[in-house]
Amino acid sequence: MDVFVSYTIYGLFFGAAYAIAASGLVLTYTTTRVFNLAHGATSMVAAFVFWQLHVDKGMPTWAAILLVLFVFAPLYGIVLERLVMRRVSDAPVGVMLVMTLGLFLFLIGIAQQIWPSNTSKYRYVTQFFGTKSFPVFGVQMYYHYLITIIAAAACAAGLYVMLNRTRIGTAMRAAVDNRELLQLFGANSNRVSILSWIIGSQMAAVAGILLVAKTGLDYYQLTFLVINAFAAAMLGRLRSLPFTYLGSILLGLAIGYSQYVHGSELLENGLQFALPTLMLFLILIFVPEVRLRVGQVKGVLAANVPSARRALTTGVVFFFLALFVTELLNPTNTLRFGEALVFGITMLSLVLLTGYGGYVSLSQLTFVGVGAAVVCKFNTSSPVAILVAVLITAGVGAAVALPVLRLTGLYLALATMAFGQLMDYLVFNASFMFGFGGKINAKRVSLFGYDFSDTTSYVALELAVFVLLGLGLLTIRRGAVGRLLIALRDSPAACATLGLNQRWFRVAVFSVSAGVAGLAGALMAGLQGYAAPGDYKEFQSLPLLLAAAVAGITTVSGAFAGGLLLMLLPVLAATSTALSGLEFLVLGGGAILLARDPNGLVNLFYRGMRAVVPRMPVPGWVTQRAASAPKPAEVDGEEDEDLDEIPEAQVAGHGVA
Amino acid sequence: MALLEAIGVTVRFGGITAVDDAFLSAEPGSITGLIGPNGAGKTTLFNVITGLQPPTKGRIRFKNHDVTRAPVDRRAKMGMGRTFQRLEAFGSLTVRENVQVARDVHAGARSWFGGRKDKRVGELIEIVGLDRYVNQRADSVPTGVARLLEVARALAIEPELLLLDEPSSGLDEAETESFGTLLQNLAREGCAILMVEHDMDLVMGVCELIHVLEFGKVIATGTPAQIRSNRAVQAAYLGFSDDSTTMQVPDDIAAAATAMLAAPNPTETTLSIPAVDGEG
Amino acid sequence: MTQVEHDHNHNHAAPRSAPPILELINVHAAYGRIEVLRGVDLTVPRGAVLALLGANGAGKTTLLRVISGLMEPTEGDIHLGGMHVSGASPDALTRAGVTMVPEGRGVFPNLTVEENLWLGSYSGRHVDKILTEAYHRFPRLKERRRQLAGSLSGGEQQMLSLARALAADPALLLLDELSMGLAPLIVESLYDRVAEIAEQGVSILVVEQFASSALRVADYAAVMHGGRVVATGEPDEIESVLTELYFGGTA
Repeated sequence: MDVFVSYTIYGLFFGAAYAIAASGLVLTYTTTRVFNLAHGATSMVAAFVFWQLHVDKGMPTWAAILLVLFVFAPLYGIVLERLVMRRVSDAPVGVMLVMTLGLFLFLIGIAQQIWPSNTSKYRYVTQFFGTKSFPVFGVQMYYHYLITIIAAAACAAGLYVMLNRTRIGTAMRAAVDNRELLQLFGANSNRVSILSWIIGSQMAAVAGILLVAKTGLDYYQLTFLVINAFAAAMLGRLRSLPFTYLGSILLGLAIGYSQYVHGSELLENGLQFALPTLMLFLILIFVPEVRLRVGQVKGVLAANVPSARRALTTGVVFFFLALFVTELLNPTNTLRFGEALVFGITMLSLVLLTGYGGYVSLSQLTFVGVGAAVVCKFNTSSPVAILVAVLITAGVGAAVALPVLRLTGLYLALATMAFGQLMDYLVFNASFMFGFGGKINAKRVSLFGYDFSDTTSYVALELAVFVLLGLGLLTIRRGAVGRLLIALRDSPAACATLGLNQRWFRVAVFSVSAGVAGLAGALMAGLQGYAAPGDYKEFQSLPLLLAAAVAGITTVSGAFAGGLLLMLLPVLAATSTALSGLEFLVLGGGAILLARDPNGLVNLFYRGMRAVVPRMPVPGWVTQRAASAPKPAEVDGEEDEDLDEIPEAQVAGHGVA
Repeated sequence: MALLEAIGVTVRFGGITAVDDAFLSAEPGSITGLIGPNGAGKTTLFNVITGLQPPTKGRIRFKNHDVTRAPVDRRAKMGMGRTFQRLEAFGSLTVRENVQVARDVHAGARSWFGGRKDKRVGELIEIVGLDRYVNQRADSVPTGVARLLEVARALAIEPELLLLDEPSSGLDEAETESFGTLLQNLAREGCAILMVEHDMDLVMGVCELIHVLEFGKVIATGTPAQIRSNRAVQAAYLGFSDDSTTMQVPDDIAAAATAMLAAPNPTETTLSIPAVDGEG
Repeated sequence: MTQVEHDHNHNHAAPRSAPPILELINVHAAYGRIEVLRGVDLTVPRGAVLALLGANGAGKTTLLRVISGLMEPTEGDIHLGGMHVSGASPDALTRAGVTMVPEGRGVFPNLTVEENLWLGSYSGRHVDKILTEAYHRFPRLKERRRQLAGSLSGGEQQMLSLARALAADPALLLLDELSMGLAPLIVESLYDRVAEIAEQGVSILVVEQFASSALRVADYAAVMHGGRVVATGEPDEIESVLTELYFGGTA
């Protein structure tokens, strides 16, 4: 009985904290239509600021809390709305996810830069009133838990009063339905958004401060709070605040009672992190299919596709050029180049999924990890192992996508993130995957009797795979499947009325994309000669996606450039402690700035080259647009390629503000 | 037995009843018109028939099957093709690619990797008369062209029932006329056509049967001649009721206004006016 | 952003030389690459009711969106009471006295009638005044003030939308398809209100499919086709224009 009560209290504490975080997420999502992946990152930064003021500067607790909640959070909310969210609100889901993910990493980068990890100075925040407690049903309850539960109740009451008893709150509810109409009523809808981001940030900050004593002060734990908040909010379909509270409490209790589970160290440590994912998938299965909407604006994003001959010539020239460069590299750099190519191959899988299809996967590196693990399990140099790795990864991809793909792109992206977390905690750490040492060895593949034991020759093999995959991808893009991908993005409703079963088509695309990532994993294991779970953390999928987006996610050359970028940034960051946040600052900032042009840096590069070589072809919609756009002023415009997924009521107003 | 039957279809959005216990049918080889003022529920009814909108009440029967619960793509595979009032052409693909996509879907996944040329694509583009635009992106062509493109795309799946939502708006007089001929040819080949249309000349000229929808209800069903002389229909369309004593606008203005709503091109002076026959 | 002055005291007996309440000069607008307005010239005199007629797709609704600030013109000038306002935001224009009853439902379905009217006070007028006026004009709304707007009948929703648009004490009222989906008698009674409003000196631009109702209350009429205004005049002038257009001068 005592155990039960103490687990219940423990669960209620987490539930209350999640409820605060999740209702902030729901509030901002419903009123601004931006799903903020960086919601947890906000909690993380707020917790660091709190630590700085309270622990480091020795400010009294109440003063630090007031400063964080009423100075830091509002300022942060205003800056956020002005610089990021306002530019996202009319973008399609894919762009929205990449931009808020950019913010996610940018905030981690900032935290790493301002509060670099430092082994000599361990940062921590203790519970309010320390371990002081009072008895409840025969067990001791910390005051900290009581405060958290009271805070959640106060937030609920405050939200209720604001949304129902104030004019601006009523306007926020109105904005959920129709922002444009709100403007016709005379309300400045930007002000509604700003307020919403301020309150959302405050709630994230409260949750961060309450939870930091439990999670510890690090860059990642609180940042991934967004998964828990999302899972809880899904119970109310991301709309209903009461159901969000209920979902949070249920999730918290589940985490509390998960302490009953004993036996395996894996389960004891991993279960509480896996529970949000399990809950999420359980809810997703019961969410009814999203109805097809008509009247959506069409995207005009379409990368120029080179002809078969041009692609082949470019591919061959690229292969030999890159091979020549490889020969010049020292062993360390050869290995790094090999890594960059594996990243590049993984990004090719994203070109298919995100660049062509418009879907976002936040766990692509997890699929790479699956491929790597499978190859290691076989521990053979036969190419069959690679084939099996690809097939298994594709199967896992299909299984993840199946329950989610009948919903919109947002749910897919978040479900993949949750899936990555699940794999991190329950599978990759399990002894049956990477063994107790957390590392298993792999043999390099041998083809036709050649064993590629020399790294340079292995890199040549990777190059060949990259070029072949790139050519294959372009062939797909030119063919029926490519057309269908674009058509499906332009108008899902029209595709359905032509008789396309979208669910299976999308599952197939996602599965192929996962399979390509699995191939990258198989090659990675061979390159390194081993596979270890640390290389395939869910978190690492995020910089991967952003590097692809920044370099250019619609083109094969973008995938190559993205691979190099992702490999080089950590190498650069390691050169000096002053650069500790470099990778995430560059990728996050780059994504925030560039996400609206999915053709990325590669496209800018080609456009720059065109100034020098006028006949240089530019892969991307910009040239097409220039050819047929009515006004030259539109050529560099960023206004309307990003508009699928917007309900018709909003369409005509886009780009005006 | 009719190819398509809508039986007592009702759709409610909140406090508003968009479609109210509507009955209608369409026969193979015949062109059926669906007319009514803006907001009468015509497009909603189309969405119910094609499966984009589940009805609150009522059933849809197609080829003797109850398809009320069937998903959109299955109905398409059974032989329902449609166009949209708010265009749904694939804007980032060319006109040819738009039709090609429909052929690809129709032929099934196995055909996607063959790479054979489908002659039918060119034929369809020619049938609707869009040869000039084949390689233009669909989001850069005029509205009328995009509508014809949607017709070609719908025809690409070899439908037995073709649902057209205001296909002639954006077409000029001559184009509308040849479009009418196209519809008659399609019907002669056995296709059932159900058409929402504002151009009365076109509707009266090609339809065998016309259903009139007002406030979501089918208020009249009949031949063009019957519909033309039906007072209830005139009232629905012109916006005044017979017992309205407040009417101050002469009937000829109202008639002119109706004609204008129906006419694609008001600078054309040789239009024949369909309405107000019974006035004497 | 262009500042617009609110014309609080509508001068009913404005001299002829006073600038018109609305003047559009060569206004172009486009959705993406598809140009919908191709050089609209239109003038609404102060205190007048102008009926804008035209077939589906002629660009009437787009024109209202441009005037209300929901859409930015790609070219051309919009003058309100002699002031240049192209590019002003819709909320600024509403507060300045240009309000619109948009096509379809112009209310928030998940808010109550009273909450809808409360939000009307963003136009700058006090909520008590708005409520008194709205309930006086539409007693039905008072009976339903605690109901969700989405549960009202179509006609009642339109009343609410109209009441809200009047909450701002507008100088120019834009009405888009007031009659859509409504029974003729309800349309008639709504237009009776429109006529009353016009008598109080509010300038009105009305886009309507039920041409008869709109023409009944209109001082002037204009016909749009293919993104341009192709004919303007007083209703009887338009009558002859329309008659000539459609009857070939024989009627």
